[in-house]
Amino acid sequence: MLTYAIKRAALAALILFVVMLAMYGMVFLVPGDPASVALGPRATPALKAMLTERMGLDQPVAVQIWRFFANAAQGDLGIDVWSKRPVLDQILEAFPQTLLLGTVALSWALTLGITVGVLAVVYRGTFIDRALGLVSVSFISVPSFVVAIYLLLIFAVWLQWLPAIGAGKAGDIPSQIKALILPSIAVGIGWVGYLARMVRASMLEIMAANHIRTARAFGLPERRVVTRYALRLAIVPTISVIAVGLGSILSSAVFVETVFSRPGIGTLITGAVFKRNYPVVMGTVLFTTAFYLLVITCADLLIAKLDPRVRDALAR
Amino acid sequence: MTEPLLEIDALNVTYHTDQGKLSALRGASLIARAGEVIGIVGESGCGKSTLAASVINLLPQAAEVTSGAVRYKGADILTLPPEAQRALRGQDIAMIFQDPMTAFNPVLTIGAQLIDFQHAAQIPRAEKLARARALLSRVGMPDPDLTLRRYPHQLSGGMRQRVAIAAALLMNPTILVADEPTTALDVTMEAQIIHLLRDLRRDYQGAILVITHHLGVVAELCDRVYVMYAGEVVEEARVDDLFHAPRHPYTRALIACDPGHFEQATPILPTIQGRLPDLRNPPTGCSFAPRCPLAEAICATPPPRVPISLTQSALCHKAGGQP
Repeated sequence: MLTYAIKRAALAALILFVVMLAMYGMVFLVPGDPASVALGPRATPALKAMLTERMGLDQPVAVQIWRFFANAAQGDLGIDVWSKRPVLDQILEAFPQTLLLGTVALSWALTLGITVGVLAVVYRGTFIDRALGLVSVSFISVPSFVVAIYLLLIFAVWLQWLPAIGAGKAGDIPSQIKALILPSIAVGIGWVGYLARMVRASMLEIMAANHIRTARAFGLPERRVVTRYALRLAIVPTISVIAVGLGSILSSAVFVETVFSRPGIGTLITGAVFKRNYPVVMGTVLFTTAFYLLVITCADLLIAKLDPRVRDALAR
Repeated sequence: MTEPLLEIDALNVTYHTDQGKLSALRGASLIARAGEVIGIVGESGCGKSTLAASVINLLPQAAEVTSGAVRYKGADILTLPPEAQRALRGQDIAMIFQDPMTAFNPVLTIGAQLIDFQHAAQIPRAEKLARARALLSRVGMPDPDLTLRRYPHQLSGGMRQRVAIAAALLMNPTILVADEPTTALDVTMEAQIIHLLRDLRRDYQGAILVITHHLGVVAELCDRVYVMYAGEVVEEARVDDLFHAPRHPYTRALIACDPGHFEQATPILPTIQGRLPDLRNPPTGCSFAPRCPLAEAICATPPPRVPISLTQSALCHKAGGQP
């Protein structure tokens, strides 16, 4: 188990390193020298030189990368070129908003998606199964930003039930909850369909297994067979899918936060990209990648907890 | 003679497949009385597992009972409401399944499952646990307490089959159906499990149905045997009569092919020529005729069930003559 943990940590470090190298590569492929984009067409060469130096862009790339990692290892993700605030502070401010949005979206998507998937299995082959399948697939097919715009139009503009933009007033919890409803629907809706199909597929496979026949042969109530004997097993592959899919939750948060003008990692990173605010871009990517790796590791541990076969394989 | 505990009466079961309807059971009948161990033998695809599943009406979804009855203590199980059927399962009629590798849920401990299987008993959890422990030692598990905490994959195949037998005995069922209880095991394990089943039958009051393709298992365990071929019971006999005076040509061929009976080494194992008839389109005459050395023109017509004695009968035009 310890060797496993060490292996996982080393792999995570390697992944972080490769991701950041790729990010550096992309930054230099994007047309436009950061300093001139940032300062606009009327900047003087002296001003440009000053900004280039401040961003550390006058140094060779290898030195830049080395500095970035050396600082990041000490918890210093650099300074915002514009506001001069530490990048880490900004991330720690924005991240809880995105985390809240993602968690709420995933929670309701999980509840609804698993329920729909199980119902489809219980009523397999019937009209209910087909109708749920149709709804699931259409949920998967609509992009989150399209959903976001229509939700805005219907519930915020026409009906005026819910606020259109922002995250609610600080300290005013009901207003924050109200502001969370539409964005979390936009982020979660695709997941409902996806999870429903996933759970349905793995449940169908498990319901045909011999041990389910055993449970039935001992006269266990069908409800118990479905929840305790089948769902517990069907949930295991779903967990790794959810963990891997968290990346797409973060990226749909970029769109949804932009549409709803919510503060968060998405807004932070898009703003920084437009302003060529590289320390913020790099810092945010590093942070979200690290978070993502953490989630995947947690998911693996959770799977090991739920499935004794995986647990024993790891212990070896 | 005592009233039968279980009576399968002219059961017809059809599977709906992509290639059309398949008749898995064609008028199969069987009787089991208390204290009897019944063997059901036949090659793969002869319908013996379908027969076993129909005893607790747990046929696959694609299967349909087209006619016939499965009477337990006189009442037709197939026409009982689903809840009443469920109440019988595991309580009155228990199954021991073929593949011990996959018969238990992989994410629940043996203990949790053995307690779950006693769901109908209105006794405290501790008592259920004690009962599970007692049965595990009854079937020869060396450390019952440890076994209860184990997950299925942590036990060997033979141990899992012992646990499966313990599970089946939990609720003191009156009918025990063992579907190929030794097929997935190696020879040593098979001998141990047969030994265990023999041991159990001594103080068992109900009826045991053993489904197998292994004549050795039949000879070791059973009182009476039903030989199945292509969804039909082709011969019914007491175990001694079956081995010493088989009347159906298929039974004779089966016995001739059993390697356990050879006294000398043979370079070629004898087999029955030909293959099972296509059950999507079952023959109107004797289904064994195309493979039968005794087949004549008359075998193209439906064969009669010829009574040989009170306990033996064969479904064959030629069974009337001397064996």
